Amino acid sequence: MTTTLFTNARLIDPEAGTDAPGWLLIEGGAIKATGAGEAPKADATVDCGGKCLAPGIVDIGVKVCEPGERHKESYRSAGLAAAAGGVTTMVTRPDTLPSIDSPETLEFVGRRANAAGPVNVRPMAALTKGREGREMTEIGFLMDAGAVAFTDCDNVISNTKVFQRALTYARGLGALVIAHPQEPGLSAGAAATSGKFASLRGIPAVSPMAERMGIDRDIALLEMTGARYHADQITTARALPALERAKRNGLDITAGTSIHHLTLNELDVADYRTFFKVKPPLRSEEDRQAVVEALRTGLIDTLSSMHTPQDEESKRLPFEEAASGAVALETLLPAAMRLYHAGDLDMPTLFRAMALNPAKRLGLPGGRLAEGAPADLVLFDPDKPFVMDRATLRSKSKNTPFDGQRMQGRVLATYVGGAQVYEAE
Amino acid sequence: MTFAQSHLLGIEPLSPPEITTILDLADQYVDLNRRDVKHSDALAGLTQINMFFENSTRTQASFEIAGKRLGADVMNMAMQASSIKKGETLIDTAMTLNAMHPDLLVVRHPHSGAVDLLSQKVNCAVLNAGDGRHEHPTQALLDALTIRRAKGRLHRLNIAICGDIAHSRVARSNILLLGKMENRIRLIGPPTLMPSGIADFGVEVYDDMEEGLRDVDVVMMLRLQRERMDGGFIPSEREYYFRYGLDAEKLAFAKEDAIVMHPGPMNRGVEIDGEIADDINRSVIQEQVEMGVAVRMAAMDLLARNLRAKPREVLA
Repeated sequence: MTTTLFTNARLIDPEAGTDAPGWLLIEGGAIKATGAGEAPKADATVDCGGKCLAPGIVDIGVKVCEPGERHKESYRSAGLAAAAGGVTTMVTRPDTLPSIDSPETLEFVGRRANAAGPVNVRPMAALTKGREGREMTEIGFLMDAGAVAFTDCDNVISNTKVFQRALTYARGLGALVIAHPQEPGLSAGAAATSGKFASLRGIPAVSPMAERMGIDRDIALLEMTGARYHADQITTARALPALERAKRNGLDITAGTSIHHLTLNELDVADYRTFFKVKPPLRSEEDRQAVVEALRTGLIDTLSSMHTPQDEESKRLPFEEAASGAVALETLLPAAMRLYHAGDLDMPTLFRAMALNPAKRLGLPGGRLAEGAPADLVLFDPDKPFVMDRATLRSKSKNTPFDGQRMQGRVLATYVGGAQVYEAE
Repeated sequence: MTFAQSHLLGIEPLSPPEITTILDLADQYVDLNRRDVKHSDALAGLTQINMFFENSTRTQASFEIAGKRLGADVMNMAMQASSIKKGETLIDTAMTLNAMHPDLLVVRHPHSGAVDLLSQKVNCAVLNAGDGRHEHPTQALLDALTIRRAKGRLHRLNIAICGDIAHSRVARSNILLLGKMENRIRLIGPPTLMPSGIADFGVEVYDDMEEGLRDVDVVMMLRLQRERMDGGFIPSEREYYFRYGLDAEKLAFAKEDAIVMHPGPMNRGVEIDGEIADDINRSVIQEQVEMGVAVRMAAMDLLARNLRAKPREVLA
């Protein structure tokens, strides 16, 4: 088997928590060794020029709009965007048209994904049929067909009895359930977080407390059922103590957050800019800072793009009517670098949240620089400045809130299973 | 004269001198409107289109009369009945209208920010006639003119705004305008009808009406917007009237010469007692309607001057 040596690299190892110069040797699609100092011989050598080499990003919650809305995003366009963003595994959402809620639709996704994309695709499936919160899906069959987690995405299962049974059944199979912590009655119709800004703009808003109510209910259900649970996005300070307590009490719970909630706040909406409309809505600056701190301490485990393509037609509407969501596969890493350059989070912490923890939670082999791990790698320059131009995005939809903004940090090359899938021009 | 705006989308972007400019010109139009021959050529040759995506009789009539008195060609479009029902988006409607070369677009829309969005897609002057629960700038301006004429000044007054603040664009525009002109603002209403974050608005909040009305110069009542209620904000109309309806007893807590205002249409017996509304010594509700026409004439006149002064950019 051929070997490739990455020399002169700044190795980011989230498992060891290190950020240090070194080399990395891969053989046959897997990592063989890492080290500092004298490098071994190899068939091919890549000089990293002192830039960062980290495990490829494992992104939980990517929306690819197949089936149903291929004009917004296909597996091919999403795969290209992922490769260019250093995302080596897309964990895809089932909130398509129709929802991915049967082994048959899941198989379709698998075929499309493998035919089209340069990066790994691991699909999630719906927890209830049609994501309607009434009857559970065939969790066992779906696991056999390759579903790595079960989620109704941003549809909260408001019937607690249905959710309790689904969690109980999932626990029996060891399936991971991902939920959107939110009190659905309180957040119905909301397009912003309540407070002075939303009131002045006259935008219907939801109290940040709705997130805490959602997580409180779900935690109580975990105490009843013992299920494996991951909260898709924790975005408010008020939800953190409950999460902390649940972890301390030994429940099988983890939580994620999105890059937009870590780097933007409610004021960015400014004059009704719909590219900043996401779900849950952007929060206050105090909440943003609390969530950054929770990611630093590890209370929040994962960081995702929550990539949600929307076409111009669904965004060029009055704010209340406009669709939610933002594309972020390509901007996740440069936006995360804002937190690094601000001194909020160091590199191992960021890659713990973007690569190691998501892989561990889903039982995937990637996300680390250990011997035997797949050679899914991203080589990037954390300092390179650029101005984001949404027209250059590879996604079919261009709805990024970072359009026109100065950013720092660019992917130079991406490798999946040792093969290069992207190289910057 | 100070007025640098190319649209009137809200009170928020206006400076105090700009507000004064509009009110000063409106004063002149009040005089014009009281003559036998109520006509000027300020907008002669210009086309004004009123697009109302939400029902309105009074505001639309006021804008129509204002435009006609200034010599504009005025056209009304009832948007609820038209292409929106056929699935056309707001932007498409705007582009279509824009191709007909209007000069002034008067827009009311049920969603906050919709008028702002529309203004980005057309190359004429856009006037916000109310968007969702965001702003209703001409209402705040006509209220300001009414207060200034009744009180002789528009600063250092104690002004109470009472009722459904949460759902009211009139309240938002008035809070902004009266705040910019350095008045003390009190908001009175049940906590369920107060917007969140209200403590950061630079206003005083009361849920007891008698306490809130103590020594105020101006009492501004709001319509209880029943059509906006999702249900459950107040227990009943009669309890609301008992606690927050303006009657002689409650009004007695205000200054003796306090004026009573209401943007209309009134719900007599819900938020205001009929006798108070008709009391010519206290109520300025009819003056408000009169000032409405004058203020809208002034706003359109000023926007048209700026429109003519600048070369019109061609939108792709």
